[in-house]
Amino acid sequence: MVDATHGHDAHAAEFPDAELYHPRSWWTKYVFSQDAKVIAIQYASTALAIGFVALALSWVMRMQLAFPGFLEFVDANAYYQAITVHGMVMVIYLITALFLGGFGNYLIPLMLGARDMVFPYVNMLSYWTYLLAVLVLVASFFAPGGPTGAGWTLYPPQAILSNTPGQQAGIILMLVSLILFVIGFTMGGLNYIVTVLQARARGMTLMRMPLTIWGIFIATVMAMLAFPALFVACVMMLFDRLLGTSFFMPALVEMGEHLSYGGGSPILFQHLFWFFGHPEVYIVALPAFGIVSDLISTHARKNIFGYRMMVWALVIIGALSFVVWAHHMYVSGMNPWFGFFFATTTLIIAVPTAIKVYNWVLTLWRGDIHFTLPMLFALGFIVTFVNGGLTGLFLGNVVVDVPLSDTMFVVAHFHMVMGVAPILVIFGAIYHWYPKVTGRMLDQTLGLIHFWITFVGAYLIFFPMHYLGIMGVPRRYFESQDISFLPPSAHDLNVFITVCALIVGAAQMVFVFNLIWSIRHGKPAGGNPWRATTLEWQTPETPPAHGNFGRELPVVYRWAYDYSVPGAAEDFIPQNQPGGAPPHKEGSE
Amino acid sequence: MTVVLMFFAMLAGLAGWWLARQRLTAKPWLEQGVLDGVPDFQLSHDPAKRTGLSFLLAVIGALFTLVIGAWFMRSDFGDWRALPIPEILWANTGALILSSIALEYSQWAVRRGDLLRVRIGLVAAALFAVLFVLGQLEAWWQLYSAGFFVAGNPANSFFYLVTGLHGLHILGGLIALVWAIAKAWTAEQADTVRLKVELGATYWLFMLFVWMVLFALLNGWIGEFVAFCQSLIS
Repeated sequence: MVDATHGHDAHAAEFPDAELYHPRSWWTKYVFSQDAKVIAIQYASTALAIGFVALALSWVMRMQLAFPGFLEFVDANAYYQAITVHGMVMVIYLITALFLGGFGNYLIPLMLGARDMVFPYVNMLSYWTYLLAVLVLVASFFAPGGPTGAGWTLYPPQAILSNTPGQQAGIILMLVSLILFVIGFTMGGLNYIVTVLQARARGMTLMRMPLTIWGIFIATVMAMLAFPALFVACVMMLFDRLLGTSFFMPALVEMGEHLSYGGGSPILFQHLFWFFGHPEVYIVALPAFGIVSDLISTHARKNIFGYRMMVWALVIIGALSFVVWAHHMYVSGMNPWFGFFFATTTLIIAVPTAIKVYNWVLTLWRGDIHFTLPMLFALGFIVTFVNGGLTGLFLGNVVVDVPLSDTMFVVAHFHMVMGVAPILVIFGAIYHWYPKVTGRMLDQTLGLIHFWITFVGAYLIFFPMHYLGIMGVPRRYFESQDISFLPPSAHDLNVFITVCALIVGAAQMVFVFNLIWSIRHGKPAGGNPWRATTLEWQTPETPPAHGNFGRELPVVYRWAYDYSVPGAAEDFIPQNQPGGAPPHKEGSE
Repeated sequence: MTVVLMFFAMLAGLAGWWLARQRLTAKPWLEQGVLDGVPDFQLSHDPAKRTGLSFLLAVIGALFTLVIGAWFMRSDFGDWRALPIPEILWANTGALILSSIALEYSQWAVRRGDLLRVRIGLVAAALFAVLFVLGQLEAWWQLYSAGFFVAGNPANSFFYLVTGLHGLHILGGLIALVWAIAKAWTAEQADTVRLKVELGATYWLFMLFVWMVLFALLNGWIGEFVAFCQSLIS
């Protein structure tokens, strides 16, 4: 926080008319703050912190797969607990929270020219509920029996049977934590949506919004409608676990004993879970799509190709993602006609997604590409996403999916498409916006080390996994050395993957060091280091002060992508700069 | 599942209708200057809460739709034994209707600037709502005493689940209502609580509607209605 020289008393006088809350003490300014920027940093720090726990868990899993017995505390139970918490944290508590709670909070008011979110108090509650959810999840490590080992999908009946690790307290804490997360997210989500709809600066029409905001907006709408399914599933499973109901639990014999459950439907849970779970993939993908569009346009100094198509594609993907959920259930015993229907919708969703990829590539085409760190990560995202998307076409087809189900192929697919790809965008976005948040640049050399190890390493980790999967190596197995049909080379590959995973994980420490070191020692960035057009770079102060835009809110005169306009004095025209000849002549569509 | 798809199709229809009017076919790269008709921060502050409420209702609607969808899927299984509906639910329904009417009365009064009647309406609404919640607890107690435990049968489980979820939403609304009463007591003019009363009345109508649907579901009317429609088709 370099330039934060303002006392908070000054702000009350600066814009008396705005109905803005003014922090009065250190506590309300930095801890129980209602300022979206502070909440964003809180969200992002919490998400990254819990994300590193999940990263450490992935090391545990990889060590077990490559060197069984090396880590003595890892038995089958610990392995399943590591899998479960790793998956759940990465998908929900890290990526979802970071994209929507972190970037959403920081960027929505700033990019739209608003002073703050429309409901700052609710926004603050949202963060603290999220933190509580994280703490409840962490608490399960210290509960008797440890965290749940049911797999991140928490499928009943095994999730609450006594042989599953964490059956005592872990599963209860997991479900409570998810319920809290949904409540916290709904509070935040209302803010993001209503701020986008109603707090935009004068002149900022929907079709002038940067694609980052479009992505976050559509993802938030989806999340608001998808999370209730997770909520319902969690509440019902809590009933099953605590009150002995049989929503999901069929009649069971365990250890020769008839359990009191009977008649419930595990498939019902799967429907509810994936009704949330598949939109969730796009909830983390759409903000990434939006952000990457802005990164590419800014760092290639070229307007985004096909802005309208990009917006429409986001909307169409958002809508379609609600009718594809059962492609996760091809082997669950559905009516085959369902499989046919869901395979079709799954393949259709590739069309708007492909449109986006073409548009990114066409934006790069003959652009003035600067290989800055954000651009490198954006390029890394495009290839990774295409790779992960292509294996999605394999798995979307019922006949191909059936033999590949529950193999490492699936693990490789979803890590590429919704693990590595969005994480690369998150990194790129942090390198891009860090100068605005702190006023200083992140170190370039450390960033390059981080990028190349992460990007190449991710491929070395997940590419071989596809081959393991085709060979038939099952996922979720505690150890696979004695499986007779696997050649010894499969195990060699596992060792290789583990070594790569350890190195890539260690490279993230470079990133964390960079984040912390650069707060004080980074190169001063100035207000607009990337020479970008969007409003957050036009604030009078960097980092933006409370209220964002000083006395006068900006007025928007143009769209967000006026880069390299012929005849303009500079190669970018900020959105709030009036006047100038029409930027594009005939034939520019 | 059909219920869920219908609800989401309705939401998609609304979203599509709204999007269709947002100039999504504009070519922003050709347009310059200020385009008007976009609200700015101060002007839009109050409607923001209304927009927020409508999205909240959509989320709550999705929640109950999903529970109802799960209800239909689960009730197809052979072990489902419908439980007798306690008579008191009729009285509770009446209390919730009266509560909603009281809020409508309060809303009518707030528009006429009649602060006294606003307060009367709000207090009456809160009292009837408390009566509703107590009545629901009594219904639970009656069923419990008659041996219909939550784990006894999926029909029982669903009964407790849906009434519990609905009750929690009413309790949440009650907190907002008490807040509005406190504001109305210190207010000098009716206009200061206008938005609170209007939003409260909308929320209450919605929860009443949800309860009507749930009540019909609990009584098995919806199942009969669906069966009747199916017989018409076939």
